[in-house]
Amino acid sequence: MSEFLSMGGYAVYVWTAFFVSFFALLMLYLMTQSGFIKAQKRARRFILSKQDDQP
Amino acid sequence: MWKWFQKLASPPHFYQIAGVLRPWLLWPALALLLLGIYGGLFVAPADYLQGDGFRIIYVHVPAAWLSMFTYTLMAVAAGIGLIWRIKLAFCVAAATAPIGAVFTVLALFTGAVWGQPMWGTWWVWDPRLTAELILLFLFVGYILLRNALRETRQADRASAILAIVGVVNVPIIHYSVEWWNSIHQGPSVGKLDAPSIAGDMLWPLLVMVLGYQLLFFGLLTIGVRAQVLDREKQSRWVADLLTNNIGDSANTDTSNKGISNE
Repeated sequence: MSEFLSMGGYAVYVWTAFFVSFFALLMLYLMTQSGFIKAQKRARRFILSKQDDQP
Repeated sequence: MWKWFQKLASPPHFYQIAGVLRPWLLWPALALLLLGIYGGLFVAPADYLQGDGFRIIYVHVPAAWLSMFTYTLMAVAAGIGLIWRIKLAFCVAAATAPIGAVFTVLALFTGAVWGQPMWGTWWVWDPRLTAELILLFLFVGYILLRNALRETRQADRASAILAIVGVVNVPIIHYSVEWWNSIHQGPSVGKLDAPSIAGDMLWPLLVMVLGYQLLFFGLLTIGVRAQVLDREKQSRWVADLLTNNIGDSANTDTSNKGISNE
């Protein structure tokens, strides 16, 4: 197991590359999803403000 | 065919299709990424020259491939938007840029982390590395230009021109290792009939590339939906969709409701 984790002496480089990549991809997903939810809220606010303006 | 394309280009129709496609892209992407990690870390043997350090290829190559693919897609979408004035094409281009920028940062970062133990340096002004850095500047420039212009139509057109001009950088990145003397290694997978990489090492790489590709399209469906909502919030179909409190539903009948293009 420790042999696997040491990655033949390249552990710092290999694990850093993998960890940063998947962390960045996870953050990218969360930010994209959050952008969509914010767009929904903006659109909803806009529609409600238009409805309020109507007599 | 043309009718199908026209229908797909209508924002409400695309919004509906993107909502249906999203889970069918993201879940297989996750499965492929897990399979690719397993193959890359447990199945693939160590490289005879680079040892286990070569395993960075499984996160570096997919990110680099996607960085070029996303830029090309962004430029094509921007071109379609500019020529045929299809609003959805601008939405696709705008949604592609931040995703492509992240893939480019990852390609540069993992390349630097791979370069340090193999070349003895984090960075070198090599043609491929420099061209990839220019790609990042193009993505960032595209995003900044869009954000700087308040008027949507003006932002669409100005950023589209930048995207189209910048696409010349993509073949430069791809062929830089062949055109110039480069410290960067040549293509390993380019010729699928005779790849210069062993089968045990190759399949996890192809699985990872496919996983990244599906992830990109999954993220794109979410990003384009956000762009469509922002641009179409004055349309009746968006009002119907959101006031019925079914904002994220994919089963909403949006056909024939306020389909609008420029």
